[in-house]
Amino acid sequence: MNNKISSPPSKDEKLISDFGIQRRNMLKFFGASAAVITLGTACNKNDDPIVVPDGAINLGSGDTGILNYAYALEQLEAAFYVQVVNAANFTTLFSATEQLYLSDIRDHEVAHRQFFKTALGANAIPGLTPNFTTIDFTTRIGILNQAKAFEDTGVSAYNGAGKLLVDINYLLTAGKIVSVEARHAALIRDLISNGTFADDLDANAKDIEKTPAQVAVIANTYLAANSQISGANLPTS
Amino acid sequence: MNLQNIITEIEKVDPEVYERMDTRRNAMSSFAKASGKIALAAMPFMLGSMFKKAYGQTNADVINTLKFALTLEYLESEFYKQGVAGSGVQTVGATNAAALGALTKIRDHEVTHVAYLRAVLSALGDNTAPVLTAANFDFTAGNSAAGTGPFAGVFQNYDLFLAVAQTLEDTGVRAYKGSAGTLINNNDVLTAALNIHSVEARHASHIRQMRRARAVAFPANPLYTSVNLAKPWIENKESNINSTAVQPNYDGEEVATQLGVNIATNGGVSVAAATASFDEPLTQAQVLVLVDPFII
Repeated sequence: MNNKISSPPSKDEKLISDFGIQRRNMLKFFGASAAVITLGTACNKNDDPIVVPDGAINLGSGDTGILNYAYALEQLEAAFYVQVVNAANFTTLFSATEQLYLSDIRDHEVAHRQFFKTALGANAIPGLTPNFTTIDFTTRIGILNQAKAFEDTGVSAYNGAGKLLVDINYLLTAGKIVSVEARHAALIRDLISNGTFADDLDANAKDIEKTPAQVAVIANTYLAANSQISGANLPTS
Repeated sequence: MNLQNIITEIEKVDPEVYERMDTRRNAMSSFAKASGKIALAAMPFMLGSMFKKAYGQTNADVINTLKFALTLEYLESEFYKQGVAGSGVQTVGATNAAALGALTKIRDHEVTHVAYLRAVLSALGDNTAPVLTAANFDFTAGNSAAGTGPFAGVFQNYDLFLAVAQTLEDTGVRAYKGSAGTLINNNDVLTAALNIHSVEARHASHIRQMRRARAVAFPANPLYTSVNLAKPWIENKESNINSTAVQPNYDGEEVATQLGVNIATNGGVSVAAATASFDEPLTQAQVLVLVDPFII
C-alpha cells in the first residue's frame, strides 16, 4: 500500500457533515461518492474554509486532518517521555522495572510519532514545540500523574476520532495504536495506585471518548505559543 | 440532540423524508413511544436505527458484529465469574487483596459489557441473541462438559487461570479491533465498540502485570519457564506463557510494517518496540476458531 496519505477531501464532504447526521450514511443515501456530490449551493452554507485562530497550526480537514491530530498528540507524548527518560533523576526516581516500562513507552510513542510523520508526508503539520513548564519533572508522582493525563487523554482522543475517519484502513491503524495507549494508561495508573487500571469508566464499563475540540484545548496547554493547534476544519461527525 | 432540526435539515435535500419515515406524525410518535421504553444510553442507537429503516439500509453487519462481541463478552464474564469464585483465586486472594480486587473488578466490567451489548442489540430491534450461561462453556478448552481440555484445573490453578485470562483479554482486544471496520457506517455503535476495546486493553495490561509479578515470585512454575517476563504490551508474537496451546492467539502480532512504513527503521526503535507499539487485529472468523474449544 502506498504510504502517502492523499490530500484533504473536497469541501463538499465537509459540507455534508454540516448536517449533523452521520456523514457516511448520507453518502450512502445519495448513492454517490463525496467527489461527485455538489451540494454547496443547495445547502446554502458558507463554503469558505474555516479560518483558524491567528498563528495557530491548522490540522486540516478530512482523514488527513484527523491523522495530523493524532500526529500532534503523539508529538506531545513522545517529547514528554524523552524528557523523562533523559533526565538525570530518571534512575533515582524509578525502580529498574519502572525504568524498563517507561523506556519502552518512550520508544512506542516515538515510533507512533515517526509513523504519522512519514505516512502524512507533505501533508504533515510541522514539528510542534512543547511547553512543559507546568509539569513537575522533579518527583515520581509528578511525572506519573502527567503520564496518566497524557495516556488517558490519548485513549479518549483516539476513541472519539474513530467515527470521524472515512478510510477503513486508517480506522484500523488508529485501532492498532489506541489499544497500546490503553495498555500504557492502565500501567501508569497502576504505578500510581495498584488496581486503578480502569477506574474512570462510564456506567457501562466503557472508556469515555473526547472530541478533537475538547482534546485540542488540553493539548494546547502543553504547547508553546507558536505551536498552538486548531482543529477548526476537522470533521465533527 | 434536536431530532426535529436533524429531520428538517434532511428535508432540505430530501423532501420525501417524512414519507420515507412513514408520516411525520407516526415517526415522531414511534420515536416518543420507543424512547420511553429504552435506556437513555441506548437512544443514539435507536435513532440510527430509525434512519436506517427510513433509507432501507441493512444493518445486518452491525447486528452480526454486536452478536459476535456479545459471545466474547459472555465468554469472558462466565470465565471470571467462575474464576473469581474458584479455589485458585480464592486461595491467593485470601492473602492478596489487590489480586482479588482486580479480578473482581474485571469480572464486573465483563458482566456489564454483556448487559450493555444486549441493550444495544435490543435498541436496534434485535432480540434474538441467546442468553449464554456457564453450561455453554468449557474453560479447559476441551470443547466438552467433561472439562478435561488442555487447561484442566484452570479454576484451581491460579497461574493457569491468569494465563488463560491474559489470552482471552489479548484476543478480545484483537477481536474488537478486527471488527471495528464493520461498524464504520454506524458512528454510535463504532464509538461504543472502541470504548469497550480500550477497556479490554486496560484489562490485558493489568493481567500481564499480575503475571509478571507471579513469574518473579515463582520462577520455577512451568508456565513461566522458557519465556520472557510478561510486559503490559505484546512484543513480537510472544505470549509470555510457556504453552503451545495459546500461541495461535498471538500469531500475527509480530507485524512490523504499518501502511507501508517499516516502524522499526522509520522510528529508530527496536523490532520488539516496533511490534509492541501496534496491536494487531483478528477477523471474526479467526477469533471464532480460537475460541471454539471454549464453547460447547
